[in-house]
Order: sequence, then structure tokens, then C-alpha cells
Amino acid sequence: MANFKEISPNAPLGDKFMNWVDNRFPATKLYKEHLSEYYAPKNFNFWYFFGSLSLLVLVIQIVTGIFLVMHYKPEASMAFASVEYIMRDVPWGWLIRYMHSTGASAFFIVVYLHMFRGLMYGSYRQPRELVWIFGCTIFLCLMAEAFMGYLLPWGQMSYWGAQVIVNLFSAVPFIGPDLALLIRGDYVVGDATLNRFFSFHVIAVPLVLVGLVAAHIIALHEVGSNNPDGVEIKDHKDANGIPLDGIPFHPYYSVHDVMGVGVFLMIFTAIIFFAPELGGYFLEYNNFIPADPLKTPNHIAPVWYFTPYYSMLRAITGEMVNVLILIVLGAAAFVFAKTKLSTVLKGAVVVAAVLVSIMMYSIDAKFWGVVVMGGAVVILFFLPWLDHCEVKSIRYKPEWHKIMYAIFVVNFVVLAYLGVQPPSHVGERISQVGTLFYFGFFLLMPWWSKLGQTKAVPDRVVFHAH
Amino acid sequence: MKKILLACLLSLMSLGLVHANEESMAWDKAPNKTNDLVALQHGAKIFVNYCLNCHAASYMRFNRLKDIGLTEQQIKDNLLFTTDKVGETMKVTMDPKQAKAWFGGVPPDLTVIARSRSGHGGTGADYLYTYMRTFYQDESRPTGWNNLAYPNVGMPHVLWELQGVRRPIFEKVEAHEQEHEVFKGWEQVTPGKLTPQEYDQAVGDLVGYLQWMAEPVQNTRVRIGVWVLLFLLGFTFLAWRLNAAYWKDIH
Repeated sequence: MANFKEISPNAPLGDKFMNWVDNRFPATKLYKEHLSEYYAPKNFNFWYFFGSLSLLVLVIQIVTGIFLVMHYKPEASMAFASVEYIMRDVPWGWLIRYMHSTGASAFFIVVYLHMFRGLMYGSYRQPRELVWIFGCTIFLCLMAEAFMGYLLPWGQMSYWGAQVIVNLFSAVPFIGPDLALLIRGDYVVGDATLNRFFSFHVIAVPLVLVGLVAAHIIALHEVGSNNPDGVEIKDHKDANGIPLDGIPFHPYYSVHDVMGVGVFLMIFTAIIFFAPELGGYFLEYNNFIPADPLKTPNHIAPVWYFTPYYSMLRAITGEMVNVLILIVLGAAAFVFAKTKLSTVLKGAVVVAAVLVSIMMYSIDAKFWGVVVMGGAVVILFFLPWLDHCEVKSIRYKPEWHKIMYAIFVVNFVVLAYLGVQPPSHVGERISQVGTLFYFGFFLLMPWWSKLGQTKAVPDRVVFHAH
Repeated sequence: MKKILLACLLSLMSLGLVHANEESMAWDKAPNKTNDLVALQHGAKIFVNYCLNCHAASYMRFNRLKDIGLTEQQIKDNLLFTTDKVGETMKVTMDPKQAKAWFGGVPPDLTVIARSRSGHGGTGADYLYTYMRTFYQDESRPTGWNNLAYPNVGMPHVLWELQGVRRPIFEKVEAHEQEHEVFKGWEQVTPGKLTPQEYDQAVGDLVGYLQWMAEPVQNTRVRIGVWVLLFLLGFTFLAWRLNAAYWKDIH
């Protein structure tokens, strides 16, 4: 037990109160560790707004969600009507609902930008691997949260989107149909599905999400923030052990982030008040038609934030599986011929490749589509061990790496666009190439990230006073 | 089994293609009347008299019409046919089974119809404005009516008395070595109670009402939004100056 600290009886009441608390709970200690004495690099740029903005959106979603649950009915025959009830009869219900629906899309925008920041500046590299892994898990939870929340308004897109995605699980060999049944709780998406998705959406996933966010921040504050130069500020400390290039998070970054919050809220509220549907991307038009299990819409597309992965799913046709088999066998042949592994290991690799190829050949392409879609997210977890570049930040990486990252972004946007569009032959080909690039980017990173001439990394961070 | 499924799928797809061709009628731009109280009240009257017999608007309460300038008494006296409580929603008394027998399906609820019909052709209001003005007589249909914006629609032309009977004129055009029928205009077969201009005006009012009813708060929303943005502009300006004041001593 920590020493009980005495304070002068003449001290101001506030000090006495804090002393009383601090003897029982580390309030001042936490405040110092995470805010007033958490030293962040002083050279943060525009990209560093999105971490705090993600937290803001999380709070908006939780608070608006609490109020929506007060009026929403998770029951198949009442769900759609209860959403319209919120929009019409609940005082300010429309505002709460639009905040929540716009917040869902805003969440993905800020999180995608936040992740891209990490990708650019190597924020996942040692010693921040766990910060990155917690972050990827948050992203995974966010996807589950968004998917299940989207069923709740019980419109046509809610219903058929859930139907399509849950049916994907039935492509898993052997256990697939039972797995899909377990998720739905029925043979088609129905009241049972709505109830369990509601339960997951309002309590199970948010609970995990909040816990992971805490872990993400604790891990970050343990190792300290990275910065656009990828320089460790802890390598240069003053006599008191404070990083020379570090500044206390509060007040410097708290006022800085408040400015970011102001700009973000202007865009956020402009959408809420002037274009809550955002041209059918934030609220899909079809979702204003109540769910009808007997009428399949002509074109079922997930909401925009899932479409890059949806494109990859659609890209995996029977033909594409053959291409993937060739790639797997080719990679195994390369390992066998060109590496210096022991013969036993080489043999194991070849046997594994042949087995995988046989599985790929014999199991339905739809299943491999699901594997690819899931793999596209899971692969992010391994990024800390895939990047073998000498330097962390893109600023000092070889010029052509910047082109690679630019293509990666364009590719991601193109895949997202194709996922919104109805299937077409040209679109299918492009998304197949895009899928190969996406996976190639990550899987070949151990090799390509080492190629090229890196620039000299400065000793200290580069900072120009504002 | 797989072959049968595939065949079904293919035939469905080809149906879809035909459908897509038939739906190529471009939508006219609907006038925006959601701020015009006189037009909205007129639209509400047409809606209650002509639409509400078969279509419900079951999320819309009668007393919400106070938002477009009607008093509770006016609503009671002029617009309440199916209920005597102004707090009720706009339900319909038609039996769903009969609806199916008459029209091939239960007429959709119209509360949010204007929001749900938006698409690449324009807004939901544009669609409704076009749809209500492109009915024509077609003896091959069970109801005797067909529609250019929604081919083979189950709904008869409810406003035919107002518009009169019209026939579309098609012209055969050769393009890409195939003959196409291109819509050229209308021929009035029998006159209606309204002139074509008056009819367009009336449909515009009705569509304005449907658009308003889909989201009664839409104009309030925009009005509040302006103030919220002005506030945030001031807030962001202060945050910017505060930030600058703090960061002055970071070199």
C-alpha cells in the first residue's frame, strides 16, 4: 500500500479533497500520466487529429445510441415503424438518429484516416506492435458493430444485406449451414436475428470496443507516440528525464485537438442538417422501404465502408481461384528452389502448398471469397512483422515507396467504388487485379520494403514553430 | 438441381434486363414546394381524397398537418375520413386480401415513399412527379392502365378524371441496326377536368406534400443547421486562437 500522505490542515479545501481522493484512488497520478505529464512529440501534423476524433465519434455513438434504445423496438413487425416514430414523434429524435447514422460513416472515415496515418509513419513498428494490434482488433469490432447495427432499421437493404452476408458463412465447408443457422437463429433472417443482432450491437460489442480502446491508449502511453519523422523522442531527454522534443499532451495537444474537433463538427453537422442521406451513401434509399422477405432488391450493396472488402469477395470467382492456386504453387516452387531452408522444411512447405491447392480446387469459390474478405482485414495484424524497411516514416523511405502507398490508396478507393456498383465483367477484372495488388502489397512487403535507397533520418524531430 | 437454379437465375437476369430497358423513361424535375404552405395544403387535400383510400401513411399523424399551417379544427372538418381522432396515424381500411385481388398486391405505405424512390434518375420527388403524369390507357392490363415511368404498374390512374385520357406517341427509330421505339409526346384522347398546366400544378402540389410528409422536419432541420454552423464557426475560431496562444512558446 502506498504511503498515506498527510496535508497541512490550512491547505485550501480543493487540495484537501484531492489529497483525500489520492490516498484512495490514483486520480492525480492518472491525470499526470495520461494528460499533463504525457509527453507527445511536438511535430504532430494534420494526420494526428484522427485519433482523438475517433474517440469523439465513439462517445457520440454511445450517447446517441443510449437515447435511440429508449424508443427503438427490436421486433420484426415494429422495428421499421419505431425508427419512423423516432424520426417524427420523439422530440429531437430525428437529430439523435441522424447523429447516429452519420456517426457510423464518420467513424469509418476517421478510423480509415487514422490507420493510414499509422501506415505512413510506421506507427506499428517496434515498440508499438501491440498498439497497432489493439487498433486492428478495434477495427474488426467496429465492422461487426456496424454490420449488426445496420440490420436494426429493418429496411430492405438492412434485411437483404444481412441475408447476403450471413449466407456467406454457409459456404464454410462442413459446418457452414449450421454456422449460418446459429448466427441467424432461424432459416432466414427474421425476428430472432434482429433480437440477437440488437443485443450484440447495444451491449456485447460496445463493451469489448470500449475495453479495447482503453487498452489501445494505455499501450500507446506506455511506449509513447510516434511522429511524422519516425524518430524516438525518448532517445533525447533533458536532466529531468523529459524528452527534449516532447510537450505535455495537456494543454498543448488538448487545445490543438479541440481545434480539430471544431473543424470536424462543422463537416459532421453540415451533413446531419443539410444532407443526412448524403446522396444515398450514408442512408440508402432502399432502406426507406420496410424489409420484405419476399421481394429481393435488384441490386444489393453494403454501405460504402464495407465495399472494398465486398469487391474482393466478388473478385474470387472459380477462374480467380485457379490463379490463386498457381500463385500458391509458384511460391512453393520458389521456396524449394531458391531458399536455404533445411530439406525437411522445404518438403513441408511443398506438401502444405499442394494440400492448400487441393482444398482450393475442391471447395466452392464462394468460400475462398469469404477467406479473402476476412484475410484482407486479418493481414493488417501482421504489418509490424511485414515491414522490413530500415526507416519507419514514409518521409525517409525511398521515393518509389511513396508511389506504392499512393497506388495502395487508389486501389482501395477503386475497390470501394466497384463494390457499390452492380457486378460487371470489366469491374470483375479490375477488382481481381486490385485484390492481387492489395495482398501483394502486404505479403511481398518483407522483400520490397527493403529495396531502394532510404534517406538519412534526422537525430531529432523536424519542427517549425507555428 | 444446380442447372435448374442456374436457368432460373439466367431467366431472372434477362427479365431484369428487359425491365431495365423499359424503365429508361427519363424523370422530369419536380418543382420544390416543401416551403409553400398553400401548395402543401392543396397537396394534402388531394392526398387524403385520392390516395388515402388505398394507400396508408401509417407513420404520419393527422395532427402533424398543423406544421403546414392547418388548425386542428380544419383537419377535423376537412381531412378526417377514416378516423375521428386527429392524433391517429393515416391508416387505411382496405382489406389486404381484397387489395391483392384487385391490384395484385397491397399498395405500399406512402409515408416515406418520396425518400425511398430516389435514385440515379433524380430525387424521389422527381420520380413521383413523372410517375403521376405518365399514365396511359392500355387494354392489355387488368386495370386498363399502364405507366411509362413504372411499366406494367398494378395501380390504375386514380387522377384520370382530372387529367383525362392520354395516349403516348412512339416513333420508330433505327439505331445500331435495331429498331427502337422512342417516346415522342402525348396525344389527349378525352379532356380532363383540368387543363394540362393545371394538372401539372396539382401533381406538383401532391408531390410536394409527399416530399414534406416523408420528413416533416426537413425545413426546420436546415434552419437549425445554419445556426449550428454559425456557432461552430465561432467556436472553431476561438479554438484556433486559443491554440495559437498556447503554442506561441513552443519552438
